[in-house]
Amino acid sequence: MSHTSPVVVPAPGKTEWDGGVSPMNASYGKLMMWFFLLSDAFTFSALLITYGLVRSAHAAYDGTVENFVFSQAYWPIPEKVFASIPFFHGVHAPLVFVGIMTFILIMSSVTMVLAVEAGQRMDRRAVEKWMLWTILGGICFLSCQAWEWTHFIIGDGAVGANLVRNEYGPPDFADFFFFITGFHGFHVFSGVLLNFLVFYNTVTGVYERRGHYEMVEKVGLYWHFVDLVWVFVFTFFYLV
Amino acid sequence: MAHHGEETTVTVLPPDKERIKKLWQVAGILGVITGIEFLVAFLVPHELKDVRVWTFVLMTIVKAAYIVGEFMHLRHETKVLMWSILVPIVFIVWMLVAFVYEGMAIGDVRF
Repeated sequence: MSHTSPVVVPAPGKTEWDGGVSPMNASYGKLMMWFFLLSDAFTFSALLITYGLVRSAHAAYDGTVENFVFSQAYWPIPEKVFASIPFFHGVHAPLVFVGIMTFILIMSSVTMVLAVEAGQRMDRRAVEKWMLWTILGGICFLSCQAWEWTHFIIGDGAVGANLVRNEYGPPDFADFFFFITGFHGFHVFSGVLLNFLVFYNTVTGVYERRGHYEMVEKVGLYWHFVDLVWVFVFTFFYLV
Repeated sequence: MAHHGEETTVTVLPPDKERIKKLWQVAGILGVITGIEFLVAFLVPHELKDVRVWTFVLMTIVKAAYIVGEFMHLRHETKVLMWSILVPIVFIVWMLVAFVYEGMAIGDVRF
């Protein structure tokens, strides 16, 4: 790709980093976003890896998949837990809904990067359009998650799931579900707010007057990271 | 009111067709890999646990590389920036190895 990183414009009246030259050819804000994301990656890794530890410290189900029943005695097979989709009650559709959620998030990542591309060539209309699609994708994902949580918590109506016990397996299983997908969902929520802020500033012409759309890139980095985390959650929580 | 009515002239550049095409290609690759993951999840029997897990892990890493490299543009940043982000990941790898090893040890003691 011939595209190089955008021209870094220092804030009015200030030199870049006070040294005149931007280290690593990136602006202060972008660099700090990268390091924040790195630290966030550590937090998510801690959650997912601890999930791995606790799971391997529990008994695994060793029968055939067809005969699988929920029990407190062993860790459940995820595809048996997440096998429902809205409006199709009773239809066994393992992981289909999670697949839809994954698709939504990937698509919103694409629209985000298209907004970044539009911003780099100062195309306000296009930035507005793609930011709106991105926000819509985020809201769709959050709605899906709300449904999934509700379904998970209610369960078959008798036991359901909470932090103390659940009908699917050992208490730790539901605990990790709530913490990992909850922490990720909160990131998506924050991302939607940030995206809206960027959209608002674009519409009101803040970035046009500023002369660059770097905020779109910074928030874009965050948004892609949220997508990235979901890729890992999808694999290690739902597939493995 | 001296500044009132002062118009900022903005030059809008035409869309970079090449780059946009590349981005959609990356999106396509991500979609296809996710599709393959689904196929593996349903076609490869659970008895072949190692095959399943390693396929998933490998594909996840490929997807992560595309997201970080292309969408987050890290592959096209300066090398110093790229490695400042990638090298610390080694701590996560260490954590993974240590915790899974420990988890298996706990499993051995308990079962």
